[in-house]
Amino acid sequence: MGMAIREQMARRAAEEIKNGDIVNLGFGIPQAAAAYIPADKTVFFHAENGVLGAGPAAEKGKEDPDLVDAGCVPITVVPGASYFDSATSFALVRSGKLDITILGALEVAENGDLANWIVPGAIVPGMGGAMDLARNAKRVIAVTTHTDKKGNPKIKERCALPLTATGCVSLIITDIAVIKVEKRGLVLKEIFEGNTVEDVIAKTGAKLIVEEPIRVISYE
Amino acid sequence: MEVENKFGKIKTVEEAMEYIKDGMTIMIAGFGGIGSSYRLVNEIIKKNVKNLTLISIDAGDPDVGPDHIIQNEQVKKLITSHIGATPTTGKLMNEGKLEVEFSPQGTLAERIRAGGVGLGGILTDVGLGTLVEEGKPQIEVNGKKYLLETALRADVSIILAQKSDPFGNLVYSKTAQGLNPLMAMAADLTIVDAKEIVPLGAIDPEDVVTPGAFVEVIVHGGGDWKWGWQ
Repeated sequence: MGMAIREQMARRAAEEIKNGDIVNLGFGIPQAAAAYIPADKTVFFHAENGVLGAGPAAEKGKEDPDLVDAGCVPITVVPGASYFDSATSFALVRSGKLDITILGALEVAENGDLANWIVPGAIVPGMGGAMDLARNAKRVIAVTTHTDKKGNPKIKERCALPLTATGCVSLIITDIAVIKVEKRGLVLKEIFEGNTVEDVIAKTGAKLIVEEPIRVISYE
Repeated sequence: MEVENKFGKIKTVEEAMEYIKDGMTIMIAGFGGIGSSYRLVNEIIKKNVKNLTLISIDAGDPDVGPDHIIQNEQVKKLITSHIGATPTTGKLMNEGKLEVEFSPQGTLAERIRAGGVGLGGILTDVGLGTLVEEGKPQIEVNGKKYLLETALRADVSIILAQKSDPFGNLVYSKTAQGLNPLMAMAADLTIVDAKEIVPLGAIDPEDVVTPGAFVEVIVHGGGDWKWGWQ
């Protein structure tokens, strides 16, 4: 029995993280990527509420009410960690010190436009730090289901929803495939085991450049 | 140890609340409630001042922070980056009972910092090509486009510090820092809820994050509120 697809997506996202990277993980599947960083890589996790060097969640009974991540979950820190105010936290993002952010998505366009903060009239939570992260992280990886609950493609020629940032996404990891956003267009090079290239093309709302050989991602 | 109130800044909560009036713009620091003075938030609710403009990074937590003042319908406008964790705030916004101005989180921090450091605004590329750019001047500097975002100031800032001395030199704690040091600079009157008040000289000048010149009122922290997981 293989891993649940959410875990496979998180593990695939973790492959993108290099030794020495400074990384900000969005809520949900992106956060799960932290568990798949090999022990021989040193990675500093940034939480936008004001910590660089965020570690695993605090053990029950050992929580510190003043030490939480951006989801307000009590955490620990690793040796070498630092605390700072909100301005410094986003200074780090805007000045190009954040190597990767991995974010959820509502829609991604073929030019890398990202929409993930608002569904007008339905969900209006505010953008939080998503616009800052998406605009100015050196690499933005979008992790999302390939289609919405009704089966409509979330990868499109143009986003219909209000944007978080323009042209920011460089890689899309979905529950069926991994797609690179390049100048020449969307490039399909990887699919998750159990899917076909034809499936992926059918479920994508923009043109895909299929680049052989296709890697079939399969984790034990 | 008895701390001498040499500058007259150390006051009771009741005295501090005399500064809070209807129609004021109030900054409340804290991230999801962490780093918020829930004690002073509760006092603002008790005093029931109305028509407030609140500035905060989020609406807090449904159990603590700015959302509670909003639930009590004391707020006409909220300037924030996120209300996703606080359904009442969203409901009042959708019903037209509360005006909400969203600012990207890093932009909000810099707007507050700008207000605190005597600048009129900032230039940022965050929000270009999104709803955030609507109605804002765009300025080109060295061939790069930026949005002009205006500075924010308040009548009163509500700050939570780990430690204060009688002059108001402040030290914060871990991720309870957030907007506290920025908001402490950005108000005409800064009220600090300090968990601990120590004698003058007990804080190493190297450790001071907010110099006491920015602080007008210090109250001693208290309250018995706890997080759900505690």
